[in-house]
Amino acid sequence: MTDMAKQDAFVAFERVQKSYDGETLVVKDLNLSMPKGEFLTMLGPSGSGKTTCLMMLAGFETATHGAIKLDGVSINDISPHKRGIGMVFQNYALFPHMTVAENLSFPLEVRKMGKSDREAKIKRALDMVQMGNFAGRRPTQLSGGQQQRIALARALVFEPELVLMDEPLGALDKQLRETLQFEITRLAHDLGITVVYVTHDQTEALTMSDRVAVFDDGRIQQLAPPDELYEKPQNSFVAQFIGENNALDGTVQEVRGNRCTVRLESGDVIDALPVNVSKPGDKTRVSIRPERVEFNPELGPDAHTLEAEVLEFVYMGDVFRTRLRVAGRDDFVVKTRNRADQVRLRPGEKVKIGWLPEDCRALDAT
Amino acid sequence: MSDATAGAAPGHKKASAAKAAEKPGPMVDAEGRPLKESLNRSLRLQKMRALMLIAPLLIFVLLTFIAPIADMLFRSVQNGIVSETLPRTTHRLADWDATTGDLPDEAVYEGLYYDLFIAAERKLHTRLGSRLNYEMTGMSSLFRQSGRSLDDIGDVYFDQFKDLDPNWDEAMPWAELLGDPEWIAEMQAWDEDSGETMPTFELADGISDLLPLTAETYSAFADYVQSEDGDSPLQEEPWVLVHTALYQDLMAKDVSGYNGPQAAMLKAADAAVGGFESVTFKDGMEGVDGDWLDHPTWETIQMYSPEFTNGYFLNAVDMQKTPDGPAMRDDDQRIYGLLFKRTMFMSLMITGSCILLGYPIAWLLSNVRVRTANLLLILVLLPFWTSLLVRTSAWKVMLQQQGVINDVLVWLGLIADDSRLVMINNQFGTIVAMTHILLPFMILPLYSVMQTIPPTYLRAAKSLGATNWTAFWRVYFPQSVPGIGAGSILVFILSIGYYITPEIVGGTTGTFISNRIAYHISSSLNWGLAAALGTILLALVLGLYYAYDKIVGIDNVKLG
Repeated sequence: MTDMAKQDAFVAFERVQKSYDGETLVVKDLNLSMPKGEFLTMLGPSGSGKTTCLMMLAGFETATHGAIKLDGVSINDISPHKRGIGMVFQNYALFPHMTVAENLSFPLEVRKMGKSDREAKIKRALDMVQMGNFAGRRPTQLSGGQQQRIALARALVFEPELVLMDEPLGALDKQLRETLQFEITRLAHDLGITVVYVTHDQTEALTMSDRVAVFDDGRIQQLAPPDELYEKPQNSFVAQFIGENNALDGTVQEVRGNRCTVRLESGDVIDALPVNVSKPGDKTRVSIRPERVEFNPELGPDAHTLEAEVLEFVYMGDVFRTRLRVAGRDDFVVKTRNRADQVRLRPGEKVKIGWLPEDCRALDAT
Repeated sequence: MSDATAGAAPGHKKASAAKAAEKPGPMVDAEGRPLKESLNRSLRLQKMRALMLIAPLLIFVLLTFIAPIADMLFRSVQNGIVSETLPRTTHRLADWDATTGDLPDEAVYEGLYYDLFIAAERKLHTRLGSRLNYEMTGMSSLFRQSGRSLDDIGDVYFDQFKDLDPNWDEAMPWAELLGDPEWIAEMQAWDEDSGETMPTFELADGISDLLPLTAETYSAFADYVQSEDGDSPLQEEPWVLVHTALYQDLMAKDVSGYNGPQAAMLKAADAAVGGFESVTFKDGMEGVDGDWLDHPTWETIQMYSPEFTNGYFLNAVDMQKTPDGPAMRDDDQRIYGLLFKRTMFMSLMITGSCILLGYPIAWLLSNVRVRTANLLLILVLLPFWTSLLVRTSAWKVMLQQQGVINDVLVWLGLIADDSRLVMINNQFGTIVAMTHILLPFMILPLYSVMQTIPPTYLRAAKSLGATNWTAFWRVYFPQSVPGIGAGSILVFILSIGYYITPEIVGGTTGTFISNRIAYHISSSLNWGLAAALGTILLALVLGLYYAYDKIVGIDNVKLG
């Protein structure tokens, strides 16, 4: 990252570390910068440090080391209520003793806004989340989805430039979650706000974000737009964590430009794209997406193919999911589109499989 | 509630609404019976089982708690003792107009003589004396004194009857004159050692028409002798009261037609009574005790004649009954109003200091790690495991003038040795000791409510721009109000009826109304007044509870 980019960054974590007990680091050397207007998702398994990062940004946790900057200014020592950051919590955190309108009025009142201004803003915010008729209700009289809309409206009503969302849709059912995912992205783009969104749901991360930061073990494993994250994972963790993935362990046999051959533990040799390997003899784990595998491939004359035995065939409507025994492993999955000419394999059939070398990424061995 | 259920509910409602539209009138079950009825039937077994489960406690509470309290409260208006002990007097006194200033007429004195004589024989007159003494001092000694010298009136007639015929001082002739012959026969056949009960006295036929007063008094006598002493009326000479009654009957009635037993003796007496020396009952009672000619004595008896009285309640609010209606007592006799006010004031002070001291502790308890919270909770509960008396006495040691706190203050030079602070045996001491004792009752409900307030609310408030104070005051505090409410109700109601601590450390200025109630229960034995005070206290608490419900809402109270 260039110095220019760093200066433009609206939100920046610089060498941030966090420890709760003084013995282990929950966040290890975090560097991250976001331009204004970006929708960035922090994705990772629980305990990966993503929520801690969010809390440090909100000001509820202090960074043990490093600087967190907002619009170029370090906010390490600024208390949460002066940061002007909107926040949506997982359990909504709507004040139960106030009506919806009072909840929305709260951030405006503490900013000493006049009554007429407040009413106008509350109305606009409620209309924004299609909850205009619910101003007089209490939070307990609303459903989960409605409460989350109100929480969203409350985080936006005082027009913050940065909004943090901590697994806001975690408690909702699937259909509602999808509707709200769409609404949140739409609102974020319409209002031009910068959003840091924390989730452990990769679909959510991929569908909503401009960029996704995959967290594991206190570090960002990869920070990239969703398509890049899925198609070009930088390491085995990301490949495994995002989407469905076939992983095969082996040793690099030969590296030639952007091609390499890998000898698997079963003795089979395959073609791959060297990503985290540099020289023959490196241990590697190769990653192939299930939809990039072809049956009986017609590839180049020197391309390698593997023998496979069909274990299971699952009809899933738009796709077929075929589970195979490949190179001694029986969790190899291939997805094929449901086309009229698509072959439907039966369990026990033998078949040859292969892929384009650039679809098979030789990553780090874990 | 999730969206799924929210979505389902209206649909369900719609379906049942459609059904109702099809079939107007009450819903019926599959067999055509009203749905409500069959629902009740199916739930009846469950209800019965639930009732059975609580039955032992319910019966226990009813018998040992509710019933005695109800009885005690009933005593605050109960006043049957006057009309039961003096039935004739109170009946005749009903028409007397106390405001004219005249004394009651002879008939009232006559009734009084009869009533008092019987009461004195039954030893009931002193009880009535002490009852009326609550209303007017001197009544107790008046009744005791009268009981002793009441015979003076009857002796006048007794002596003359005896002089006329010594048989009038014998048991048997009286019994034959007034008793049913069959009863006399049974009585004579009765063997004292047989273990059978004595045949109950029965009047001879027609005798109560002939000698109504005599029959009545002799019955009372016979009943008393039989039931109280276990003696036979055949062997006991009647009271001189009966001679008085006989004199009055003979003066009023014509007995010439009588030819039953002892007719000769009776007719001889009838012939002689015209010449008997007599005394009016009024003069007689004056001779017994001059106070019977005092107007206020009769005012008091008349005022407390009815079976139910508001006298105790008037007394409990520093008022008294007068012939002109209820009136305030003199300033120097007013005590209960002050005590009620003081009790309220001090209970409020105690509740207030419990909130001030308990709130931060409860907050701390709900915001530290569970292990630390448990340890702190044990410290909070520790006083519960110590005897109340020990704790109160400890405060006595701490607060007294030669006590620990004064010693420390003197040692530090903050106060002079000759001007040690008075911190015990006054309101201050009571408030300090009771705050300490009742503090756990504030902390526990507060803690249980605060535990349920997630810390995200404070974070949310701060993220919305609120300062720490605003976040606390506008977001956290309102949610902890149910805890404050529950704790306050507990502490206030407990303290308003507290007894031991004010008794020990309260001195004269720090005592509560409950101490006065205890005094009337155990020392002055004026249970009626104690019951009235207790009823007022109960009404006060219920009133406050009602007010709390109206203002804050009792649904907002969380006890755990």
